[in-house]
Amino acid sequence: MIANAARRRAPLAVLLDRQSVFAWLMMALPLAFLAALVGYPFFYGILLSLQDRPVAHVGTFIGLKNFQTDLHDPIFWQVAINTFVYTGVATALKMVGGLCLALAMNQHFRMKNLVRALLLLPFIVPTVLSTVAWLWMLDPAFSVVNRLLVALGWPKPGPSWLGDPTLAMVSIIIINTWRGLPFYGITLLAGLQTVPPELYEAAAIDGAGGWHRFRLITLPLLRPIILIVTLFSVIFTFADFQLVYVLTHGGPQNATQLFATYAFDIAMGAGQLGLGASVALAMLPALALLIVALTIYLRRD
Amino acid sequence: MVTGHGRIEHVVRVWLPVGFFLVVALFPFYWMAITSIKPNAELYNKNVMPLIVHAPTLKHYVDLLTKSSFLLWTWNTMLVAVVATAISLILGTMLAYPLARMRFAGASLIAMTIAAIYLVPQPLLFIPLADVINHLHLGNTLTSVILTYPTMLVPFCAWLLLGYFKTVPKELEEAARIDGASRLQTMRMIFLPLCTPGFISAGIFAFTLSQNEFLYALIFLTKSSVRTVPVGVIAELIRGDVFYWGQLMAGALLGSIPVALIYSFFVEHYVAGLTAGSVKA
Repeated sequence: MIANAARRRAPLAVLLDRQSVFAWLMMALPLAFLAALVGYPFFYGILLSLQDRPVAHVGTFIGLKNFQTDLHDPIFWQVAINTFVYTGVATALKMVGGLCLALAMNQHFRMKNLVRALLLLPFIVPTVLSTVAWLWMLDPAFSVVNRLLVALGWPKPGPSWLGDPTLAMVSIIIINTWRGLPFYGITLLAGLQTVPPELYEAAAIDGAGGWHRFRLITLPLLRPIILIVTLFSVIFTFADFQLVYVLTHGGPQNATQLFATYAFDIAMGAGQLGLGASVALAMLPALALLIVALTIYLRRD
Repeated sequence: MVTGHGRIEHVVRVWLPVGFFLVVALFPFYWMAITSIKPNAELYNKNVMPLIVHAPTLKHYVDLLTKSSFLLWTWNTMLVAVVATAISLILGTMLAYPLARMRFAGASLIAMTIAAIYLVPQPLLFIPLADVINHLHLGNTLTSVILTYPTMLVPFCAWLLLGYFKTVPKELEEAARIDGASRLQTMRMIFLPLCTPGFISAGIFAFTLSQNEFLYALIFLTKSSVRTVPVGVIAELIRGDVFYWGQLMAGALLGSIPVALIYSFFVEHYVAGLTAGSVKA
């Protein structure tokens, strides 16, 4: 019957009715868009990294010279260490803090939805704007954080949050954690709510204490969500730009310079597009590993 | 029956940790708000108790709206966010629908590619993209960001919608097909109207991500008249002298309000979208 109906229609309509034809026609425009503005720039970036290419000039092919320059640049190595420290510490803090937040929220209390909405605010407000508030909170002369610390007995004038190399790294890690922690917390909370209460009840009957229930029931069931959230967050922390650009511009003495901000300085500040592209591409091996891992993991669903 | 002892335990177990997280999460916004209504005499006087406002003023807001291009930046940001979101929802649907409903060779490869593209962070692409935008003579036009924001939003919307589309039952579409509707008619008339919640989730996310974008806007928009709020605030409101914090905080607060408002109306959709991917997998 369906075959009869199809035969009566025009050949074009029959062709369009085939799943593969319809699917590829439908996807052609978005795929072309992504090929032009993601695929092409990606490969063009690799080409740029192999060129000596001052801004507004024609590039000359120089092979791997830019990467050699990077490897002999002490700042480049500092940037690599900074980026790994920043990503590692901030991720650990967000994971542990997020889990605590999720556990605290996974109790019965009034106005829970309102509290959840408020807790997510740091994550949804434009990063640059909330970071400016932190810049003011850590201001060398009028820092409210320091005024509170001094009021609590800290010796005047209080820590130089963004002026001291170590403290500057501590500051950007804290602010990144402040912004990203709600994402972990609320996502893990959703995961906690899928744990069947019967499991806890059974464990309680068997005499398992709070810590045992957490370690033997909660953590194993949450593991897939923790893994996905962490991979997501690591990718975007590793390639972070906004926070550092606003707070420290990579300073003092490159102590908070990350791959993204260093590539920006070289390409946009010094006008060396080729060298800048090579610094940005230095992120690729780590990022590619993470992206492939996460893509494969998401596919299992 | 809540006994006195139970009530204290409830406060310690619930409100102590939750309260701590709330204070930490919200203090910067509180500080933003009170800074924006303090007179300079209060802001830069270390002998005044800083946590409250003694003589509130709207001067910083008046200055912000009359002496800077803040209103223009807000208009630019809104325009870009709305158009980029619309483009991304349409293109994202065109990717997600076939992937959710059709069987064809290469489908899983395309789905993987889309997920991977979504995870490519902007700093990997901004240098070559800047060159592309220059070649197209799109520097200092809103078109430059309207074109480049969807590079991250389309894969994102496609991925989120793909998950949503798979949860919609197929029976109505099958009935429409038996009644002789073409695939396109089935999609437009039967399927898409069922997916409003998915579109709201994806739309809010795309909108907030557009409002949040900084790197492309910083590079492509260097004239005040085409700037977006984040770039305008950073590039023009931070000046050498110290007496600008009131205006800066007023700008940060006003710039956050559109996102916060939309978010407050659709917070359930937002949380649903946030957790959809990770919980389902």
